[in-house]
Amino acid sequence: MSDLNLQPNIPGADDFYAGLLAAHDGLSKEDSDALNARLLLVLANHIGDRAVLDNAIAVAKASA
Amino acid sequence: MNKIFEVPMYAYSRSPDQDSETPIRRPVVVIGAGPIGLGAAIDLAQQDVPVVVLDDNDKVSFGSRAVCYAKRPLEILDRLGCGQPMVDKGVEWSIGKVFFDERKIFEFDLLPEDGHERPAFINLQQYYFEEYLVNRVTELQAEGKQIEIRGKNKVSAIGAHDNHATLEIDTPEGPYNLEAEWLIACDGARSPTRQMMGLDFVGRVFEDNFLIADVIMEADFPTERWFWFDPPFNKGQSALLHKQPDNVWRIDLQLGWDIDKEEEKKPENVIPRLKAMLGEDVEFELEWVSIYTFQCRRMEKFRHGRVLFAGDSAHQVSPFGARGANSGLQDTDNLAWKLKLVIDGKAPEALLDSYSQERVHGAEENILNSSRSTDFITPKSDMSRILRDAVLDLAETHDFARPLVNAGRLSVPCTYDGSALNMADALDGPECTRPGSPCPDVKLGDDFLLRQLGGEFTLLTIDADAPDLIEEDGIEVTRLALSAKEDTTGALKARYLGDEPSAVYLIRPDQHVAARRPSFDENLFRAAIRRATGKE
Ligand SMILES: Cc1cc2nc3c(=O)[nH]c(=O)nc-3n(C[C@H](O)[C@H](O)[C@H](O)COP(=O)(O)OP(=O)(O)OC[C@H]3O[C@@H](n4cnc5c(N)ncnc54)[C@H](O)[C@@H]3O)c2cc1C
Repeated sequence: MSDLNLQPNIPGADDFYAGLLAAHDGLSKEDSDALNARLLLVLANHIGDRAVLDNAIAVAKASA
Repeated sequence: MNKIFEVPMYAYSRSPDQDSETPIRRPVVVIGAGPIGLGAAIDLAQQDVPVVVLDDNDKVSFGSRAVCYAKRPLEILDRLGCGQPMVDKGVEWSIGKVFFDERKIFEFDLLPEDGHERPAFINLQQYYFEEYLVNRVTELQAEGKQIEIRGKNKVSAIGAHDNHATLEIDTPEGPYNLEAEWLIACDGARSPTRQMMGLDFVGRVFEDNFLIADVIMEADFPTERWFWFDPPFNKGQSALLHKQPDNVWRIDLQLGWDIDKEEEKKPENVIPRLKAMLGEDVEFELEWVSIYTFQCRRMEKFRHGRVLFAGDSAHQVSPFGARGANSGLQDTDNLAWKLKLVIDGKAPEALLDSYSQERVHGAEENILNSSRSTDFITPKSDMSRILRDAVLDLAETHDFARPLVNAGRLSVPCTYDGSALNMADALDGPECTRPGSPCPDVKLGDDFLLRQLGGEFTLLTIDADAPDLIEEDGIEVTRLALSAKEDTTGALKARYLGDEPSAVYLIRPDQHVAARRPSFDENLFRAAIRRATGKE
């Protein structure tokens, strides 16, 4: 059973976050939204496990 | 020259039933001579059930509506004796291309598996489809079968009773009454029968309009399905181009919600749109133009006592996926043998409830698929458009995103998983032939499995022994004995055995699997026959 990992899991978290922001630098709101959407799809495909993905959607929805 | 859809095919003529003092009672009356009503009538007449079809019109479909017909309906039409003319006239295709903005982002091939007699898809105008069905009716009449189509017979009132239905019918020579032991309502999405009986039809309307144009042109586009998201000639919307026989091309242009339908339908508005798409110099002629709003909805159940609903009257889908007529023929395929057994007293009336259960299941699957396609093609919110466009952008370079592109999930038959007519699966065999599945075809020498199965209960044995005939409470089941060793293609093994050395299948008249085991067991198969006919 593959669980959604909700513990810290990204080494160099600050670097990752900076990279994420940098990718959006200078983009219009529209282009940024599109980038986020593409990124989301790339990551979702990499995970590939429907149970994990469903869990992730639920966690994201509950955190607002 | 007149188009076939402008010529009366079953002109009104007076029936002796109109002169009867008291209403004549017919075993089966079908309302509607569309593809589904005709399919139902042919199926029943072939089984010697007398049938009368009533239609308020006297012509085939005005203009082509349905154009894509899938493999399973073609197989059903083979059993109805008119698959061949459809395939001969139809245009076969299997390649689809998807464009986004100005770019082709990918193409797909419906790659038909080997060993099927019929192609994955043909395109054919609905008016030809109906014409060939009407021709088949004429052929059956010549063979002495009791089947008639009464043109300009408009049903204006219906009374539903415990053991029959009453009908009031308007004709050019005035009204008359008729009774039916069984009534099959194939009177289309607006079904007057459904309305007159006060029955529900619930679902979703998609707030969008589509211009559907059939144009005649000499063009060298290939015989492929071309689908555009957000093309330069129809900004922010979608478009579809598809070939039909006789140089007729189907074009769908999404128009959006806030439009004036009457204005948009005028040739002076349609032609510039088409020129923007096809090019200024392409010469074409308009055959038929219409504007549709699509819906996905269904009745809660398809049987109401002696009244049975089939086709668009029972369920309606958006056309992305070509699931309308294709699924309607699967309704009548499911219904006709059951009704025949009930009429002959060989099965209880309750068997007809399984028609509703199984085909509601099919309709749900079709509605789910068409709704999802429509949601992809017509995003309902800013975010759904952003996600949709992200999928399309990624699909151009990355394989992974292609399965997410949804320009229509093309019609495939449904498996009646969980049907009350199935036995539990007792074979560790292939998924595609588990109980409830439609039998996949296999080439057998010069013949094909589905032709050999025909339209009766069959005991299919593969490298297994069994009696040549079993009779269980009036139901005769004949054996079809095959050996995987003689099948050099390996398809019989791959589709029906898997890793098992032998198998015995009970196959229903609609060619769906009712039960399967590694070997014959008389008690178990007798039980399976009873179950498949609603007796336990
Ligand atoms: C643009 C478009 C594209 C489509 N493309 C496809 C496709 O590619 N593949 C596919 O499978 N499906 C497609 N469809 C769907 C397909 O056209 C329908 O599912 C199909 O026509 C349904 O057949 P039917 O016999 O149930 O109803 P209909 O074809 O609507 O026939 C109903 C009949 O009942 C008659 N009738 C109605 N009221 C009365 C009355 N009171 N008395 C007597 N008779 C009456 C009518 O005259 C009519 O002949 C498409 C539909 C549209 C609109």
